Amino acid sequence: METKRLIIVAVGGQGNLLASKVLGEAALAAGVPVRMSEIHGMAQRGGVVESALVFGDAHSTIISDGEADLVVGFEPLETLRALNKCHARTVVVTNLTPLPPFTVAIGRGVYPDLEHLQNLIRSRVARLVALDAAALAKAAGSILSVNMVLLGALLRVGNLPLDADAVRETIRTRTKAEFAAVNLAAFESGFAHVRD
Amino acid sequence: MHRLLTDAPGQQMLMLGNEAIARGALEAGVAVASTYPGTPSSEISLHLFQISRRTDLTFEYATNEKVALEVAAAAANAGLRSLSIMKHVGLNVAADALMTLAYVGVRGGMVILTADDPFMFSSQNEQDNRYYAKLSGLPMIEPSSVDEARAMMAAAFDLSEQLGEPVLFRTTTRINHSTAPVRLGPLPEPRTRGDFIKEPLRCVTVPAVSRRLHVRLLENWEKAAALSEASAFNRVTGSGTWGVICSGVSHGYVLDAVADLHLTDRVRILRIGFSHPLPERMITDFVAGCERVLVVEEGEPYLEEAARAAAQASGITVPIRGKGADLFSRLYEFDPALVRRCLAVYFGLEAPAVSTVDRSEVPDLPQRPPNLCAGCSHRATFYAVKKAAEGVETICPTDIGCYTLGFLPPLSMGDFLICMGSSVGTACGFAAATDKKVIAFIGDSTFFHSGIPGLVNAVFNQHDITLVILDNGTTAMTGHQPHPGVDMAALGIQGFGRVSIEAVVRALGVGHVTVVRPYRVEKSVAAIREAIAFKGVSVVISQEVCTLYARSLKRPRAKAFRVGDKCRNHRDCIQQLGCPAFYLDGQQVRIDADLCTGCSVCAQICPEHAIVPVREG
Repeated sequence: METKRLIIVAVGGQGNLLASKVLGEAALAAGVPVRMSEIHGMAQRGGVVESALVFGDAHSTIISDGEADLVVGFEPLETLRALNKCHARTVVVTNLTPLPPFTVAIGRGVYPDLEHLQNLIRSRVARLVALDAAALAKAAGSILSVNMVLLGALLRVGNLPLDADAVRETIRTRTKAEFAAVNLAAFESGFAHVRD
Repeated sequence: MHRLLTDAPGQQMLMLGNEAIARGALEAGVAVASTYPGTPSSEISLHLFQISRRTDLTFEYATNEKVALEVAAAAANAGLRSLSIMKHVGLNVAADALMTLAYVGVRGGMVILTADDPFMFSSQNEQDNRYYAKLSGLPMIEPSSVDEARAMMAAAFDLSEQLGEPVLFRTTTRINHSTAPVRLGPLPEPRTRGDFIKEPLRCVTVPAVSRRLHVRLLENWEKAAALSEASAFNRVTGSGTWGVICSGVSHGYVLDAVADLHLTDRVRILRIGFSHPLPERMITDFVAGCERVLVVEEGEPYLEEAARAAAQASGITVPIRGKGADLFSRLYEFDPALVRRCLAVYFGLEAPAVSTVDRSEVPDLPQRPPNLCAGCSHRATFYAVKKAAEGVETICPTDIGCYTLGFLPPLSMGDFLICMGSSVGTACGFAAATDKKVIAFIGDSTFFHSGIPGLVNAVFNQHDITLVILDNGTTAMTGHQPHPGVDMAALGIQGFGRVSIEAVVRALGVGHVTVVRPYRVEKSVAAIREAIAFKGVSVVISQEVCTLYARSLKRPRAKAFRVGDKCRNHRDCIQQLGCPAFYLDGQQVRIDADLCTGCSVCAQICPEHAIVPVREG
């Protein structure tokens, strides 16, 4: 099976690990080989959480610079920071809702302009899909479902060896029962948001 | 039921490496497990702790790794299977026990898990604990993947019983924190009550006994070497005359590199999974069959030097390389592209093309370092100490925990740190060597772990230091594990005692002891000022529950605050506290009500009293 490498970057608390778990469980259920790794040591302290998911016939659980086929960024600045993971054929999905790091508030850095950020990414990779996942998540019923909106967009982009129904089924059975309906609605809104 | 107790042999489950390790121990019939939490090993313990509350498994959060190892050592000498879990530097703490336990040995199987952290994602150094196997003479097992970690656990216990020695089980962060499908094995009913048979001539290590025990250890070493030669964990795959020797996660990178470079019929791979004693014969034969050999291992050149020594002993001159300016570094972790490039370079192939995109136009991006949480009580304590020490020249040794982050601006509290408990010991040294006021910081769990001996030293040697104990009622950094100061009954968990930090400190004869509530800023500053002025050993215990922990316990939250009209943009709130609940809206400071925990510290220090509670409705 062809190997697909996916990086998910997020800020602690955005639900990156749950999104990764959903993809991993969906892959396992579908019989797609999957390996994942994550760095989440200080996640709850406002740091960056990065997950790597490798689908297909590879043994590594991490992804080198320039070797991610897909990058999903839950926060635009972090998406841009993850550009080191991209190659020219990478497809990038990003949320456009900024969560400025505290360093910006204390004057140690300037948050990049969102238009410039998108143009820059778009000019370097095969495709950029940018959406206001926070707004879609709220409309779906909970700001906490940003992760599911982005999963929906990712599955719509369509070059993972997983079909959307497998992911829907995993969301239904593997996320907390009281959130499953909202999670599915959020997934659908992200899925519907992306056009070919 | 806990998911790791799923009794369905053959079924595949997606597991974190640490879950797979815990599952492996359960499949091996572990009866007693003990730990001091430390990333990247912590989730193993978390699961075993949860499981121990529903089964006959004995699990202990020990005060430190040495105690954890001793608990497990005794259980194994009572004939039970025991597991001791720690991060790599934890084994330094436990090393005294380890070195002589190797002489005494065990009756029941005992496995010591050491989780190394190449790249230091969450550690103060990246020491390579394979050398502990060499130093102690104990066998070491190292998995290369998540599923193998599960499978190797049972084998490690069997090996331990076969040799009568504890077995070191070494992982790295990318095993502990990787996730992959794991195939479940059967869960036996473990034997959970042991008995100790008195054998003083094996178990009491006076010199005359130890002289014989060292002989026994060397005999076991020989037996272990023979087992290593025959072990399926050490195996050769592939064919060709280019050789690669590797271990741990590097094995996966090598397999991917060989496939990517289309070298499957050129490269033979010797994967080492039983890494002490090394299979010297096997390595020699492997090297002898190759034109040249590359050793791919993170950390130190442990395999490389052993392979060279083995080859030299047989007069083999095949080139063997690993570490070097043009090849691998001792630094940090490896990744697939690095291994692919080094393989290509070493075997004289064209270096693979670099596929990264041009990032020259990416502006300087603001960093997102980890930060003390919004409303963290440590921030309040650091602020109070800083205010109390105004005008005093200070040296502030700090310690290991969330509060280490206090060394960052704007708090900038933390001048020296080497290991768990070092705040107090080094405080003594700074006080002895300088004329500055020494104020040391230590967390509650770290105080129990290794802070107490330093404090005893300070009292005995009459050092002039102030020790601030940041008591947030949990082991916060590693995920809120309990420690001896925690009121377990209040958490609804029965069967635990409780040690009062204040009672310990007073009993040690500390001259000046104060307890403060750091959210009461003025009172705290005044009390700390008094403690700093005291000549001799003073201790300030700053008590406030970890805000993240309080939230996870669903404790009621105080009302959030907002910046009102009186704000004159002094920005003391941002510049002096640096709470992440603040943000700038243009030039106006605002508070994110979702992040604000209502600790009110900023409201107390605002010179205009402009920070006020959010109104109802």
